[in-house]
Amino acid sequence: MIINHPLLGPRDSAEFVYMGDAALIDRPDPDTASPEDWHDYAYLRDNPAGEHRELWFHEGGDRSWLVVTRNTVTHEISKVELARDVARARGRST
Amino acid sequence: MRYSGFKVIKEALTGHKGWQPAWRDPQPKSHYDIIIIGGGGHGLATAHYLASIYGETNVAVIEKGWIGGGNVGRNTTIIRSNYLLDGNEPFYEFSLKLWEGLEQDVNYNAMVSQRGIMNLIHSDAQRDAFIRRGNAMMLNGADAELLDEDQIRAEYPFLNFNDARFPIKGGLAQRRGGTVRHDAVAWGYARSADSRGVDIIQNCEVTGFRIENGTCLGVETSKGFIGAKRIGCAVAGNSGRVMGMAGMRLPIESHVLQAFVSEGLKPVLPGVITFGAGHFYVSQSDKGGLVFGGDLDGYNSYAQRGNLPVVEDVCEGGMAIMPMIGRARLLRMWGGIMDMSMDGSPIIDRTHIDGLYFNGGWCYGGFKATPASGYAFAHLLARDEPHETATAYRFDRFRTGHMIDEKGMGNQPNLH
Repeated sequence: MIINHPLLGPRDSAEFVYMGDAALIDRPDPDTASPEDWHDYAYLRDNPAGEHRELWFHEGGDRSWLVVTRNTVTHEISKVELARDVARARGRST
Repeated sequence: MRYSGFKVIKEALTGHKGWQPAWRDPQPKSHYDIIIIGGGGHGLATAHYLASIYGETNVAVIEKGWIGGGNVGRNTTIIRSNYLLDGNEPFYEFSLKLWEGLEQDVNYNAMVSQRGIMNLIHSDAQRDAFIRRGNAMMLNGADAELLDEDQIRAEYPFLNFNDARFPIKGGLAQRRGGTVRHDAVAWGYARSADSRGVDIIQNCEVTGFRIENGTCLGVETSKGFIGAKRIGCAVAGNSGRVMGMAGMRLPIESHVLQAFVSEGLKPVLPGVITFGAGHFYVSQSDKGGLVFGGDLDGYNSYAQRGNLPVVEDVCEGGMAIMPMIGRARLLRMWGGIMDMSMDGSPIIDRTHIDGLYFNGGWCYGGFKATPASGYAFAHLLARDEPHETATAYRFDRFRTGHMIDEKGMGNQPNLH
């Protein structure tokens, strides 16, 4: 698979480390979250067959985190964003 | 019809006209006591033990394709019970004992071959860890044997003992481990269950569950609604998809694992070898092909095919311990979809929906577990309580902190 890095252009997926569902960006608020919220966040996954937004870390490159939209049935990558931009758009400050 | 050597000779002399289909091709009834979703190894084993041990014969196995077309037909056929943790080892040892009696139990030649498995040791720290694991195995009634370099050299002289980076310093052997003809496991269980009255319904896809007031009443399928008192789901890599129809999110990700087979060779490899410094395992099939595999590709996938970086990684692992493998040509490679759980261990449990039960999260170790998984799932479906070897395989272990994490990797499924 080739990941079209927003800053570096097309890169081999072997340069990256895979982290999982991009929903991991939406970490529960430590001040208000219940143990149940943490359980669901840490352990449960949608695991879709089809389009999946997921986190890839460019370990063998510029060490940026990316949100890659990829089809889990065909492996086709349709969108690549910087995770930083996605997190900010969702209201995360850091 | 019982199979026997006498029957084979008789048919050979009479033109093979007396063989019959090994199982029927029934249409679904409107209602069963128990429905099992998934006609793979685990589902068919569940049906066999439900009928033979628990007396439940009003049972259907429904399968969207053909039986044995998923992971039971795609694995590297290794059986073993070399686990460390108490939640796992008694279960896998129970499974190995069932393998030892499988062919007589189901009257089917599954070519169970206890040719032994050898986990190679490459460092002092690894030797310590393997000694600990061997002790844990023996405490749970399994066999384990620590070998030094010379003993391994005597058995496997062709290994790369003097590799500069990963020299072979010893090994942990389990002599009762080995390989099994994987397709025959599915067929043997299917034939046995069918002969006891279980309906095996192929080309019948589950499209939804009928759930009313927190109770599951049956499944919607491509052949119409089928009702049941209890429904068990054993669909491996498709667990997330099927249980999603019941509104459940699981502690599971689906990942692709590739496997490989070389061209047929003369006998060179007597047992199963695993590389301790990388991730590589290899055995030789009775047809002569070297059957081997390594790591997951590492990303969510339902594709049943992987990518080239892992092919390279697996072949590097093979070359590192067994350089002569480089002379063999690769014949085929394929992928299967693994239900990777959050701690690397399986789940055999009730769900919060009455009448709906789940068996999954086998990661890439499901084949060796097939008999015990079927037995324990049959026990759960028939008695509504966990089998004594499967009490730790609960959904709520992630909530209560009772994870069974053999590798200590945490909730990162692609690392288990």
